[in-house]
Order: sequence, then structure tokens, then C-alpha cells
Amino acid sequence: MITLTHYLVLSAILFSIGVVGVLIRRDAIVIFMCIELMLNAVNLSFVAFAHFLHSMEGQMFVFFSMTVAAAEATVGLAIIIAMFRNKDTVNVDNMNIMKW
Amino acid sequence: MFYVMAATSVVASLYLIFEKNPVFCALYMVFSFINIAVLYVLLEAQFIAAVQVIVYTGAIMVLFLFVIMLLMVNVEQKQKDDLPFQRIPAMILGFVLLVVMGLTIKSKIFQGKEGEYTSAKVESIGHTQLIGKLLFTDYLLPFEMTSILLFVAVIGAIILAKRKV
Repeated sequence: MITLTHYLVLSAILFSIGVVGVLIRRDAIVIFMCIELMLNAVNLSFVAFAHFLHSMEGQMFVFFSMTVAAAEATVGLAIIIAMFRNKDTVNVDNMNIMKW
Repeated sequence: MFYVMAATSVVASLYLIFEKNPVFCALYMVFSFINIAVLYVLLEAQFIAAVQVIVYTGAIMVLFLFVIMLLMVNVEQKQKDDLPFQRIPAMILGFVLLVVMGLTIKSKIFQGKEGEYTSAKVESIGHTQLIGKLLFTDYLLPFEMTSILLFVAVIGAIILAKRKV
């Protein structure tokens, strides 16, 4: 029997993998993918809650968060392209102009 | 079924963060997301599963691959890691985060009150129909704001990616 806890644990595992990915990768595009992974992990727990609590709110939230994720991906990738134009790289270690 | 999908999505995500080539990273990401879509079907959220496949594997992955192809003409060069000492602490901290989240889940604080939409009721109305109805009644304002958000995102992306403003 698969309970809510199973889904929450899976969601926590995926979220942690996403966090570790953001911390260890230096490639802006891959960092972005890890952020998408974290968003998806949270969406999964939303849907799991919605299913096990017999509610529809969770699924509506996932719908909206997917829209936000799509908008975020567009703008983020545009920013990455703009960075590449200026610096000729997508490595985040080279983006230290604002570092004091 | 749950265990198979969960295991493959976790393995694909691990490959995603340890794979050197960003193109393979994108493919692993999509693989992981399709597994999550199957989990949505298991949770009786068919519409969300379909949207997941369409939006993530259809739109976002194509966008990612497009940008990778545009920028990564020389993948194998560089990839120099300026902070190699960051890897081990990052993994340890990620594990600590996982343990904390696990303890939170174990403490059983997630006790909401049950809603009205049981599986049988959703089945009788129709899942997509129910979502559509809610979207245009209870969630009308967020829905309209979403359209504004997408509009702003499109304009922002065009302005940012334009060669000369």
C-alpha cells in the first residue's frame, strides 16, 4: 500500500538532489535544470496531498506553478543568452562582476 | 509501479547532476519528469500528467536543448571547477537537508482536513472538466494573472535576448 509518506519522501529526495545539483554544478544551464527539478519535486508533493486529502486545490496550484515555471524558464534562458553574449561563457564562476 | 517509477526518477536525477555533457543532462531531466508524470497518473491527476508531459518535455526541454545548441559549440573545453572543495560539503548539507525533511515528514504534522473531491466524485464529473470549472470560477483571478505573467515573460525574453535594445 502506497501512502502519502512514500510520495513525500520521494519528493524530499528529489528536492535534495536538486539542491545538491545547484551547489555542485558551475554550468548556468544545468543549475537551471536543477531548479526545475526542485519545482517538480514540490509539484509532486502538491499532487500527492491533493489525492490523499480528496481535494482539488493541490492540482490547481500545480497548474499555476507549471505556468510560472514555463515563464521562468523563458526569462531565465534569455538571461543566460544575454550573459553568454557579454562574457562568452555560461560558467557561473566567471559571473563575478558584482562580487565586492 | 510506484517503486519502479520512484527509483528511475531518482536515478535519472542523480545522473542529471553528475553528468558532464549538458545535452545528456537535459535528456536525463526529461526522463525524470516523465517518470513524475506517470506518478501523477497513479495519483489520479491525469490532466496534470498530460500538462507535465506537454509543458516540460514539449516546451521546456526543447527550449533548453535549443539554448544548449546555441551556446555550447565547445562543450569539452573548460568545465574547470574553481571550487572543487565545495562538492563534499554540498553533498553533506544536501544529505542533512534530506534528513531534516524526512524527520518533518515522520513527525506527522501534515494533517489537513479532508476535502470534498473523492476519487468517485472526480470520476463522475470528469477530471479535466472539474479542473476547467474550478479554473473559471474559484480561480478566475489567478488564471487571469497567469495570462499577464506569460505576456510579461514573453516581452521580457524578447527584450533580454535581443541583440540591441
